[in-house]
Amino acid sequence: MLRLVSSVSRPTAAGRLGKLQATRAARRTFASTSSRSADVTLTIDGKEVTVPQGTALIQACEAAGATIPRFCYHDRLAIAGNCRMCLVEVERSPKPVASCAMPAMPGAKVWTNSPLVHEAREGVMEFLLANHPLDCPVCDQGGECDLQDQSMRYGSDRTRFHEITGKRATENKDLGPLVKTSMNRCIQCTRCVRFANEVAGVEEFGTTGRGNDMQIGTYVEKTMDSELSGNIVDLCPVGALTSKPYAYHARPWELKNTESIDVLDAVGSNIRIDTRGVQVMRVQPKTNDNVNEEWISDKTRYAYDGLKFQRLTNPLVKEGDRFVAASWEDALAAISEGLAATGAKGDEIQAVAGHLAIPSPLVALKDLVNRLGSDNLTLDQVNGNSTPVHGVDVRSNYIFNTTIPRIEEADAILLVGTNPRHEAAVLNSRIRKSWLHTGLEVGLVGEKVETTYEYEHVGTDAKALSAFITGKSVFSQKFKNAKRPLVIVGSAVNEHPDAKAIFNELAKFVEVNKDKLVTPEWNGFSVLQRVASRTAAYDIGFVPSASATSTQPKFIYLLNADEVDPKSIPQNAFVVYQGHHGDVGAQLADKGSTWVNTEGRTQMGRAAVSPPGAARDDWKIVRHTPTYDDILELRDRMWEISPTLVRYDVVESVSPSLVLAGLHQIATSTKGAKISGAPIRKPISNFYQTDAISRASVTMAQCTKAFVGRMEEYGDVGKGEQASFA
Amino acid sequence: MLRASSSSSKSLLRTASNASSVARPFRAKLRNPSRSLATAAADIPVRRYGGLKDQDRIFTNAYCRHDHGIKGAMSRGDWHKTKEILLKGDSWIIQTIKDSGLRGRGGAGFPSGLKWSFMNKPNWQADGRPRYLVINADEGEPGTCKDREILRGDPHKLIEGCLVAGRAMNANAAYIYIRGEFYQEASHVQQAINEAYAAGFIGKNACGTGYDFDVYVHRGAGAYICGEETALIESIEGKQGKPRLKPPFPADVGLFGCPTTVANVETVAVAPTICRRGSSWFAGFGRKRNEGTKLYCISGHVNNPCVIEEEMSIPLKDLIEKHCGGVRGGWDNLLGIVPGGSSVPIIPKDVCAEVLMDYDSLKDAQTGLGTGAVIVMDKSTDVVSAISRFADFYKHESCGQCTPCREGTTWMKKMMDRMVEGRAHQREIDMLLELTKQIEGRTICALGDAAAWPIQGLMRHFRPEVEKRIEEFQRLNGPVGFGGHLSSDADDTLALPDNLGLRQISSTH
Repeated sequence: MLRLVSSVSRPTAAGRLGKLQATRAARRTFASTSSRSADVTLTIDGKEVTVPQGTALIQACEAAGATIPRFCYHDRLAIAGNCRMCLVEVERSPKPVASCAMPAMPGAKVWTNSPLVHEAREGVMEFLLANHPLDCPVCDQGGECDLQDQSMRYGSDRTRFHEITGKRATENKDLGPLVKTSMNRCIQCTRCVRFANEVAGVEEFGTTGRGNDMQIGTYVEKTMDSELSGNIVDLCPVGALTSKPYAYHARPWELKNTESIDVLDAVGSNIRIDTRGVQVMRVQPKTNDNVNEEWISDKTRYAYDGLKFQRLTNPLVKEGDRFVAASWEDALAAISEGLAATGAKGDEIQAVAGHLAIPSPLVALKDLVNRLGSDNLTLDQVNGNSTPVHGVDVRSNYIFNTTIPRIEEADAILLVGTNPRHEAAVLNSRIRKSWLHTGLEVGLVGEKVETTYEYEHVGTDAKALSAFITGKSVFSQKFKNAKRPLVIVGSAVNEHPDAKAIFNELAKFVEVNKDKLVTPEWNGFSVLQRVASRTAAYDIGFVPSASATSTQPKFIYLLNADEVDPKSIPQNAFVVYQGHHGDVGAQLADKGSTWVNTEGRTQMGRAAVSPPGAARDDWKIVRHTPTYDDILELRDRMWEISPTLVRYDVVESVSPSLVLAGLHQIATSTKGAKISGAPIRKPISNFYQTDAISRASVTMAQCTKAFVGRMEEYGDVGKGEQASFA
Repeated sequence: MLRASSSSSKSLLRTASNASSVARPFRAKLRNPSRSLATAAADIPVRRYGGLKDQDRIFTNAYCRHDHGIKGAMSRGDWHKTKEILLKGDSWIIQTIKDSGLRGRGGAGFPSGLKWSFMNKPNWQADGRPRYLVINADEGEPGTCKDREILRGDPHKLIEGCLVAGRAMNANAAYIYIRGEFYQEASHVQQAINEAYAAGFIGKNACGTGYDFDVYVHRGAGAYICGEETALIESIEGKQGKPRLKPPFPADVGLFGCPTTVANVETVAVAPTICRRGSSWFAGFGRKRNEGTKLYCISGHVNNPCVIEEEMSIPLKDLIEKHCGGVRGGWDNLLGIVPGGSSVPIIPKDVCAEVLMDYDSLKDAQTGLGTGAVIVMDKSTDVVSAISRFADFYKHESCGQCTPCREGTTWMKKMMDRMVEGRAHQREIDMLLELTKQIEGRTICALGDAAAWPIQGLMRHFRPEVEKRIEEFQRLNGPVGFGGHLSSDADDTLALPDNLGLRQISSTH
């Protein structure tokens, strides 16, 4: 893989990377705040604006309130300057200037509305439309097409292109089951190419051919194997790349937009759910610079069709060997009878929290179970019925302390038992961004995986970690020399037989290197959760007591628990299943809910559609047994348990001393743990199917078929590299 | 003389052509204008340019008649006192080049001394990055074949030039980007580099001056656009040859992100000779602001197509008559001349008779010196077809990066193809001109301009020819609508938009 050495083009996200970059000499500093942050004052359309030095002219124009049309410019991608739509007139410049590629100069006089600019825009628009098919009525981009909108505003009212030779025709590409291509419509803005290369790490995606024969594609035809590929649909300013699952389903003006939070991984990407009637039509990203920037993973985007299939809308009660639809009254009565009949007492009543369980019903369920005298609160994961190794008393032991945006500041990252590419695809793009533009070094302890950046494989088991810590590994030295090292511990480590040993080693390592890893400015110990409910469950204290761990349950309440191994459920136990696709419930799109992401950021989602049929909100079902009458009362209770659960959109920072105290606690509680040497496996082998919703999704099944087997084929980095050139 | 040239070059030129026999003796007079105010206009000493003497030629082995190796090169004066030149330092070399008035020979004609001085910004030593000189030997402009003669016959001049220019801009290394098709040329240059390394002229402690300088050859793959300086840089970096956005200019962020200057072969190759013989010697040739000598390549309908080193500002007619044996069939058989390679507009015969071969005179004639590639077309030429071929060339060579060039060159090519047979609507000539204006100055690099200019030149001087063809075609085939649709093909039972030009009855119909 190629890093950007010359850095002629680089992403201009106004994020931290930008600031970091600006300190380096002779880098292009458009759009990023310079570290010197001198201000530049210029006049745009007679209006004076002051912008930070290094701002692109197009942004300065925006700041002055002048709208500049553009196709290729995107503030999170490198500047291409090739669509020429953003031409503006600058004093003392004989030619119109592409405002996206020109830094704002002090004292410049710029006109965005002069006859020259109008003429230039009209000319460029005419050229763009010359080879663009007139198929807007059958184009999925219609209604949200940049070309359509801008040609209405800046274009000529009629065409002059009548050539007998006709328009260009380009063959469509097969990019997989997610992205539909219609390459005749392509205007070669190369946004998709830049995204694939800079963010997604699909470096084979590019342009081939020259002049009017230029095509977007991979040359040797292959699909776009990336878990972020759906974003190129959003990026495409025309209808060349559209969404395959959404094809011909709806027009944008028919849709109702609801802002919400993604639950299919622990990143908590901000999304916008577009619905028509009661159906979720599509999921789109919502910009949040602190979490997902502007991207979402393909699972987030396309698993929504899983909401339609295998949904249970009525309570079902098992009679004999079949499930019979029941009314809510009957079902709840059956549950209370069942509880009485099993005679479960104390810890024999077990509650299991699944991947998609949201905090409020978790609180309600915990309170219910506690009231019944049980502490048997289990998480739906391997070793979920025992107390987690890191404990739940200190929050910094299980959250992503570094916070997602600050990953970009790290100059050395050690991944322990995690593949962020699959466990948190959007977060992974930050690592790639940093790797691409700074000298970031990445090391990995665990199973070898295909990442979107080069890494040093430290080893596969806990012994390799010990070797790293004692300085025997090559990567140790690099990590030691780093100014801002970062350890990312995967959630799967907690499920590993050597969990105690690993956490013990890491805790001691961080304590020893605390002057670098845990300082008031930098917190370099982070745990990457991979399921949405986990952080909140730990926050609530949804973990079993020591005695409960060994108790055989007689009454089991599964809340969204879809990963439960049927063998682990005792034969005679009475099982209540509350969830999306196995029993009654409502889910992500249907719930007005809060979510706590891997960094401990609580975000509020809103109900996009009302639950289908007789399905009810989770907390309402649980409520039927005790205590809470409305959501506000429940949220008050959550405030009592952990105020962070109702402080929306902020990350509560943890002081270094507390972090160290937490780690010290781990070190003491895991003292003397032995290493078995079992290899650390990646927890997710199929990115596209990790939970009930994505397993029910047809699109995700197609993705699995198209990509998953293939990924393993290319999986081993380092070996057979030359083979691909043969 | 100066006053005359600035006020009206045409009248001057007419005077010049009248006094065709007066030649060099006038130079001395010119340099010391001691005439009184009362001097009559007829007595203005007119300097006639051209007739470069053999002892003033820089490229003494341009035709590769002698040894191109180091022995032959040294016998012709290369590598003579190079050490002394280097030891005089960067500012001396740059000042010498500035004084000599050397302008870039690649086509744009930017003053070389000034360009080289951009590398030595105040406090450049503090910048830890390596610095590069890149030689553009990707000579692909149709009609141009001057650099390859240098590469083949005088490679040591280029290598020495790299060292001198590199010293002037404090570069660490030079990359010579040679067009892929130039196999023999690349071999000769590589041989010259090897010989120069062996002789200690380049490499560590080049010429014993303590200055380290490396020279590398990089062979291109034959794309015309790779001759654009930033595309060339991209190409050396191993990427697609697509021009970069400027700013940042290569002098700030160039090859591998380091300060870089890209210069033409000829520009660099003349530098050592200028430094040896003095800037005033070089500045003694040509008109003011167009000083020096230059390699001209004359091709097309002349009796003796050739590459010839001549003084700048030589009248175009003299150049052709003196060195090429005249136009095929005599001067009167001339139709037009493209004076600077395919990128510049064509000029008709009457302009050709007056124009001087330098940057300013040709600019005044609404064309350009370009690379000095003179393409002569006699009356047998189908000039529309010739320009159409240029349009085809630019369509083929457009990199496709930016919209106006990608779409515009294709569109222009399609229209020009129709213009050749006359299958067009009369109004499409102006539309074509408007398209060229929409491309010109709107693109990332100059290829868009280069594609637009020949067509503008054609329409400026040969519009009647194009109109005649359109009329002829319509006389034979009936009215033609926009885009070349025949009115006779239109289905009258269908509603036709009235903006297709099909319904208009042409004057000849």
